Amino acid sequence: MIKQKVNIDWLVLPMLGALVVIGIWALWSSLPGTNLPSPLKTWEVSKLYIEEPFAKRGELDQGILRFTWYSLVLVAKGYALAILIGTPLGFVLGLSKMFAKSFDPIIQVLRPVSPLAWLPLGLVLFEKSEPAALFTIAVCAMWPTVLNTAVGVRSVPQDYINVARVLKLSRVKTLFKVLIPATMPYMFTGFRLSLGIAWLVIVAAEMLTGVPGVGGFLWQEYNSLIYEHIILCIVTIGLVGFILDRLMSLVEARFKSI
Amino acid sequence: MAFLELKDVSKGYRSNGTLTPVLRDINLSIEKGEFVAIVGYSGSGKTTLISLIAGLTRPDTGSITLDGAEITGPSPERGIVFQNYSLLPWLTTYENVYLAVDQVFRSWSAAQKRAHTEKYIEMVNLLPAREKRPAELSGGMRQRVSVARALAADPRILLLDEPLSALDALTRATLQGEIARIWDQDKNTVVLITNDVDEGILLADRIIPLTHGPDATLGPAVPVEIPRPRDRKAMNQDPHFKQARHQVMDFLLGVGVRHRKTVTRKLHLPDIEPEDLSYGKPSPFSLFRRGPLRSKEFKKERVEIET
Repeated sequence: MIKQKVNIDWLVLPMLGALVVIGIWALWSSLPGTNLPSPLKTWEVSKLYIEEPFAKRGELDQGILRFTWYSLVLVAKGYALAILIGTPLGFVLGLSKMFAKSFDPIIQVLRPVSPLAWLPLGLVLFEKSEPAALFTIAVCAMWPTVLNTAVGVRSVPQDYINVARVLKLSRVKTLFKVLIPATMPYMFTGFRLSLGIAWLVIVAAEMLTGVPGVGGFLWQEYNSLIYEHIILCIVTIGLVGFILDRLMSLVEARFKSI
Repeated sequence: MAFLELKDVSKGYRSNGTLTPVLRDINLSIEKGEFVAIVGYSGSGKTTLISLIAGLTRPDTGSITLDGAEITGPSPERGIVFQNYSLLPWLTTYENVYLAVDQVFRSWSAAQKRAHTEKYIEMVNLLPAREKRPAELSGGMRQRVSVARALAADPRILLLDEPLSALDALTRATLQGEIARIWDQDKNTVVLITNDVDEGILLADRIIPLTHGPDATLGPAVPVEIPRPRDRKAMNQDPHFKQARHQVMDFLLGVGVRHRKTVTRKLHLPDIEPEDLSYGKPSPFSLFRRGPLRSKEFKKERVEIET
């Protein structure tokens, strides 16, 4: 009985929701005078890209997972950069009141800036599209890691710090034995949110720079008037983002169960 | 000169520019090997007193010396068992104790440190829970780990800050027995802070009441002349026990009956509730994320304070 309930909650209802959305899409595409391709047509035109996901027929004509892979590699680089800069920055912000007071306002100002605004600056700074894309990803994806780490460091219970003080742990030992492990759950929440943003940014960056990838493909197919592929790309981007988030949640849950 | 000596110690806390006195005119001498219990109301400054001896906070006036040397900061030579255990939740029982051993006996070989850690885990009967994390342990077991950690550092004085007050009555009685047994083995100097007069009488050589805070001070010491090992049941009929209990209670109740008013204050609950394992493990692909797991728990508590 309970098992059935779970199935309804986690399987039947989400499928129902998806059907509703596809239904609206189908209705819309059947309206007179619209350019929106129907679900069926989208599938027919996209089939080749899904059935041969890693094919490379030409520079601009590759399987969808191959494009996705290009994007993922770029995201991985930018994300690594964001974490490498963001985590220590978060620690310093959390540990030093003076530092936090000095830099918190500027961080709050820079944080909501859109990736579309950072990219041209990246191009000005680095003059090449790939470093500019990396710069944009890093600078946009960094903030959740920075802020969550800082909050985590600030909320390390005084008890743990007292333990370190009574045992006379050195500063380095306190950092590695107490502060970092205690901050870990917050850090990973930051990492997960950062990864989501990095994935958001990549598409925008690729569209503007023309770097090959799923976002670049989307923009190019728009220019070639193959609208079906736009939808294919949107679905792919969404699914990949979802899977990345779930994977990070798994990692995060490991650290939170302590 | 006594082993641990507090002379004219006072301490207050500053908030919003006003100084709230917590302790004043604290004079206390404890001899080596003595077991002293300090009994007082909650909020009377007991934890502040033990923090001062531990060196976690410094007194506003007066001096605290251990074996003639002024206490200027925390040190493992003054082992402390915190009220809320303060175990590091990401470390196992063994690792929590080992952290202290590793820090205090730096010159030892790894094998020596391991053996020493094991010895103290065994002393508190926790060998079966050696590889468990604090979240998997009951409150009583966590407090035993905390005791093992403090003892393993081979402290010259052991400070127990209401170690048993968060436990249920039965676990409490068991652990009181264990504390008495461990103390009997090495006769270390112990300062026990408690709000339970019976507990103080059961364990200590001397029991000292702390008046109601703010501005608390120590009352007259009551020696406990009951031969050890003390038996909980027989003790209830002992005239010494009755007399000591009477004296302490009389003093505490006498100073307690004054004007009081009730205020609501924010209470930071220690992380002592066993984690609900059924919560927080939904399917990784579920659409609903779990909430934050280690959010600070705050609770409002009504407390009575003196006007």
